[in-house]
This record gives sequence, structure tokens and C-alpha cells, in this order.
Amino acid sequence: MTGVSLLDVEDLRVRFQRKGQPATTAVDGVSFSVDAGEVVGLVGESGCGKSVTSLAVMGLLPRRGTSISGSVRFDGTDLLALSPSELARRRGRDLAMVFQDPMTSLNPVLTLGRQLTEVLRAHTDLDRAAAKKEAVELLGRVGIPDPRRRAGEFPHQLSGGMRQRVLIAIALACSPRLIIADEPTTALDVTIQAQVLDLLTTLVRESGTAMVLITHDLGVVAGTCDRVNVLYAGRVVESAPRGELFAAPRHRYTQGLLAAVPRVDAPEGTPLHPVRGSVNDRLAWEVGCAFAPRCAHADAACRVPDIALSGPRPEHTARCVHPAGTPLEVA
Amino acid sequence: MAGARSAQAAPSGAAADGPLLSVRGLEVHYPIRTGILQRTVGAVRAVDGVDLDVPRGTTYGLVGESGCGKSTLGRAVLRLTEPTAGSVAIGGTDLLALGGEQLRRERRRMQMVFQDPLASLDPRQTVESALLEPLAVHRAEGGPSAWRARVRGLLDRVGLPSGAGAKYPHEFSGGQRQRVGIARALVLDPDLLVADEPVSALDVSVQAQVLVLLEELQRDLGLTYLVIAHDLAVVKHVSTTVGVMYLGALVEEGTSSGLYARPLHPYTRALLSAAPVPDPVAEASRERILLSGDLPSPADPPSGCRFRTRCPWVQPTRCADERPLLRVVDGHPPTQKVACHWAEDIEAGRLQPRGSARPAAPAA
Repeated sequence: MTGVSLLDVEDLRVRFQRKGQPATTAVDGVSFSVDAGEVVGLVGESGCGKSVTSLAVMGLLPRRGTSISGSVRFDGTDLLALSPSELARRRGRDLAMVFQDPMTSLNPVLTLGRQLTEVLRAHTDLDRAAAKKEAVELLGRVGIPDPRRRAGEFPHQLSGGMRQRVLIAIALACSPRLIIADEPTTALDVTIQAQVLDLLTTLVRESGTAMVLITHDLGVVAGTCDRVNVLYAGRVVESAPRGELFAAPRHRYTQGLLAAVPRVDAPEGTPLHPVRGSVNDRLAWEVGCAFAPRCAHADAACRVPDIALSGPRPEHTARCVHPAGTPLEVA
Repeated sequence: MAGARSAQAAPSGAAADGPLLSVRGLEVHYPIRTGILQRTVGAVRAVDGVDLDVPRGTTYGLVGESGCGKSTLGRAVLRLTEPTAGSVAIGGTDLLALGGEQLRRERRRMQMVFQDPLASLDPRQTVESALLEPLAVHRAEGGPSAWRARVRGLLDRVGLPSGAGAKYPHEFSGGQRQRVGIARALVLDPDLLVADEPVSALDVSVQAQVLVLLEELQRDLGLTYLVIAHDLAVVKHVSTTVGVMYLGALVEEGTSSGLYARPLHPYTRALLSAAPVPDPVAEASRERILLSGDLPSPADPPSGCRFRTRCPWVQPTRCADERPLLRVVDGHPPTQKVACHWAEDIEAGRLQPRGSARPAAPAA
């Protein structure tokens, strides 16, 4: 898969160091790749490093107190080696980001039209009038009714779903080749979530843009991604095509998560099987499997340093000493 | 909850036959004031006429999107928010008729579990002291030493390690904090627990732990729950009866299995079709009903049926002029009630949804 991928993240490590405190490793050697036009999911619970990974890829982490190593190759260029100004030129044009909370990511004192034209004028050679026209068109494309009037409005005049559409319009403005969407629908209601996911995936597929979708919701992944990487304690613990991940998860953590989620289509009386403990009960990867303290299948063999991702096929790998061997029946 | 559903005739009280909680015509309207005279020019109808019954030992799940009034309803049931009209009875006692000391005494019987346990616990109070407080306030039987023993027993019961009592809320993980919140709600041995989004602040792997704990407590203590949540799967899992709220009113009610298998109201159908399922096969085969637009303002709800502005099946007659009432539909059990004029025709497929509800995306 290496070499031809649009985005290639290799052994990414992010450590935060605060004065007088031990350093925290948020991302501990994450590797994944995204091909052109592909939708790849990064799934995990809070503290697994999924958001920090995306911020590191976009170069949005604070410089002070942060040490980043590894490589992030976008179309052959190592983004981590670019100067801030070079990176700023690519951000918004080649790579764009959609954040979770549209209220805090939009500027409250600028009109929506202005926020869209800002991106267009920074990265394209459209003049003011042409940029304005394009902005209205973009708002229409993301399904905002009466885009001409809306372009003159401020973020607080829109509902949450509408604001998220505006963020998507801004991300799509310069036809980027990769969009990173970090929990794009978590703040939205379920019917609005369905609208926004539908819009995002339709636009991404139509324009051939690749997307990294970061979420904690396995249901969202099941409906949108081509490939899924499950993160736990700063590392990818399982990587698989969507169908296989859900039908035959190999890592015990993935398996545990799927058994712990209630489903709307489950027959009555289906029991839930919680994963015991919490993410705080973890081993350092240098000591053994980070999930071992919560795993029902863990034994002494799990306490070996740096367990590798492995599997019978390169498309489906898991970082597990005792992977689920027999495929589960598809429900 | 599976266990509780079969053991319905739980501990007998004064009114063992009737429902433990009975709500009739409940309304919570917030006045909108304007001008220097603070004249009332209208009202936000947060809850606008809700009837519901919760039998002893069962769970009633309220689902709806943000702004539908579900949390206000939960608070009004406990009189944490004062209802503007209607009645709330617990075991036959009308709470709205009580005041002062009597109300305070009744409050022992009903407790609340909040969404964010960190915000609802005092950061400078140890867990033990936070749990002892209600016992002291209500002058519970026994003395301080008996109370301490009760608190220790409860903390153990909700699965917290020994020594948890001496710790402060910030020392716990999210799931453990919610266990503290549940223990606090149980300390006065209530009959009814109102749980507002009890698991939505928790990680997926921890959510199930708390749901299972609530299930066990209901089975062992004969508790009655009113669970408020936006997550349809969570509500289905915990509830005996489910009520779907939209803009301050119930649009459909039914047993959890019946309602999810054969939803009647267009809004229920849309909600269920939009809920993501962690299964790509099921996701791909599902028919999506995409609703257009957003929730209208509860200060100025649409005339007639409140859902008509977003309903894919809206009809030129009746929908705009007549407010539909909850009613039973032929071919469905009497436990399932729906507030839609056209439920039969929609179910039989005689009415077709308005074109595609997805937003038009003209090529740029």
C-alpha cells in the first residue's frame, strides 16, 4: 500500500511535555494510509489519540511543549518537514478539516459569505466578485436554502446542522484532495446527523476527495467508511476493511466494543456485554498489550513489549496475542 | 429491562395496582417577556400536554432530539421545574398539591440521576460526605454510624472499590463517577429514579457497564425508572415502554419491542431509520427517511400537527388544522398509541412520502 497512497502516516508519535510534569504520549506510533477517493475511519474512545493524530497531520498542534516524530507523507511530501508558511499554503487547498463543534470553529463576528470568500481568495486567484459568487454557490451545494441571503448572515443565526453544512462548504471550497472530519456529527441530533453524513459522503464521493473520518461511533463508521483503523491507548490495534471489521473483528478490544453497544435492531432481551474497567487501566505498550488489564482473554503471553500488528492477510491486521480466530457469524 | 419486565408486581405499596407514576396534562410554559414593563408576549411551550403512566418496577424511556422538552418533562415530574398545568402523582399522591414540609418528605421517594456526574457532585466534598448529606437532611432512621454503614454498603453495591468514600469526585473515572451519582440517588431508598441521559457522557465501553448496573439495581430493589435519552438504542435496551417526544408532546408510545418493530408515526420512522447501526450489512440495506429542515421553535409551534413542517407524508387536509391526539391503530396492540391522522394509510403504503427529502445538491 505504501508509495501509491495519498496520505501515508508512518510511526507517528506525539508527546506533550509540561513543566514539572512527566511527559504524556498521546500518539504512540500510529501508522495508516489513505488512498485517493477513499474514506478511512479512525475509531476509538476518548484519550485514544484519534484527534491528536488528525491535528498532527494538519500541523495544528502547538509547537511549544509538543514533540512530534515519524512521518506524514501527503502525495510524497513530508508534511512534518514543511515550514509553517508552506504548510499554511497547502492547508485549506490540498487538505481541509471539518471540526466537531461548528459554533467554535466559525468566527462569530464575520458573515458566512466572508468566511467562505476568505478561503477562496487566499488559495485561488478569484477576484472579490467571483469569490462571492462561488461562496453562494458552495452554500447551495451543501443544501442551505436561500444561499444568497444566508451568505450575509452570521453563525448564530443558523441552527447546528446548518452551521456544520457551512463548515463542510468551507472545507470543500478549494476542492481539496483530502478532508479530515473530526467527529463531524457528534454535536448533532440523530436526524440531522443522518442529513450531514449523507451530504458529506455524497460530496466526497462525487468529487473523488479522500476523507479521514474520526469518530467514537461504530454506527457512523459502519455506514460510511471503506476501511477502519481502531485506536486504543495511542496505537492502531486493528485495521481492516469495513465489512470484515464488523463481521469478524480480530482484536479483543474491537470485539468487546461491538458486544457492548446496544443496537436499535436487536431482538428484545439481547444482553449487553460490557468491557470491564476504563481506559485508565492500561499497560504501557513497552510492557505489554495496553488493553490486557481489561481483557477477558489476557494472560502472561500478553505481557510482551511492543506487540506487532499481524494477521493472515495484510488488509486485516490486529495487535493481539490471542486474536479472535473463528469468524463470528454475521448477524 | 429484561429481568424487571417479567417481575412486574414488585414490592407492594399503598397503591400497588395503579401505576407508580402518573402524569396528566403536564404543561411547562416559559413566558417570553419584553419591553421595560416585562409584558408577557408569548410562551415557550417546552412541555405542552403530556400524559404518561409508569407501572411499578418498570422503565419508561423518553426519546427525542434536543429541544423536544424531554429533560424539562423529567424535571417537572420531580418538581425541580414548576409545571404550569397538569398533575403528577406518585403512588396516588398528587405532588403538585403539596408544599413545604410535605413535599420535602415525598421527595425521598423520587431521585434524579444526572448526565454529568462531575457537575452534579460537589468537587470539595468527599463521596461519603455527599452521600451522608441526604440522610441527615431527611433525618433518616438510625444515627450517623448506621448512615455510614448504609453509604459503605451502597458504594459497594454500585461496584466502587472500598475506600471510595474518602475520595473526591475528580479522583474517579467517568464511569465510576456515574456510579457515585447512582449511589447518591439511591441513598434514601427511593421508589422512582429519573435518569436524564445517564450514559451519554460516557465512553462506549463504559456505557454498557452503567446500563447493566441500572438493570441489576432495578431487579434487586424493585425500582421504577423514567429514563430520558436521545440514543434510541439505549432507550430500547432499558425500557419497558417507550415514548417519543417531538416539540413538547408525545407523538408515539408503545412497548419497546412493539414500537421499534413497527413504528407508526413518521417521526418515529425517521428517527429509527437515521439511528446508525454498527453493522455495515444492516446499514446498507436500510431504507433511510431523511427529514428536511430543523426543529421549529417551541415558542411558535406549527398549527395542527407539530411535525407537519418536516413530515415527508404531510397531507393537504387535516395536518395543518387539527392537532392529532394519541390513539390506537387497528392491527396494533392497544399499548401502542400514535398521534398521526394518517397512520393507517402510511403503514399500508397508500400514502407515499413526498419526493426525496434529501437536500438538493445541484452540480456546481
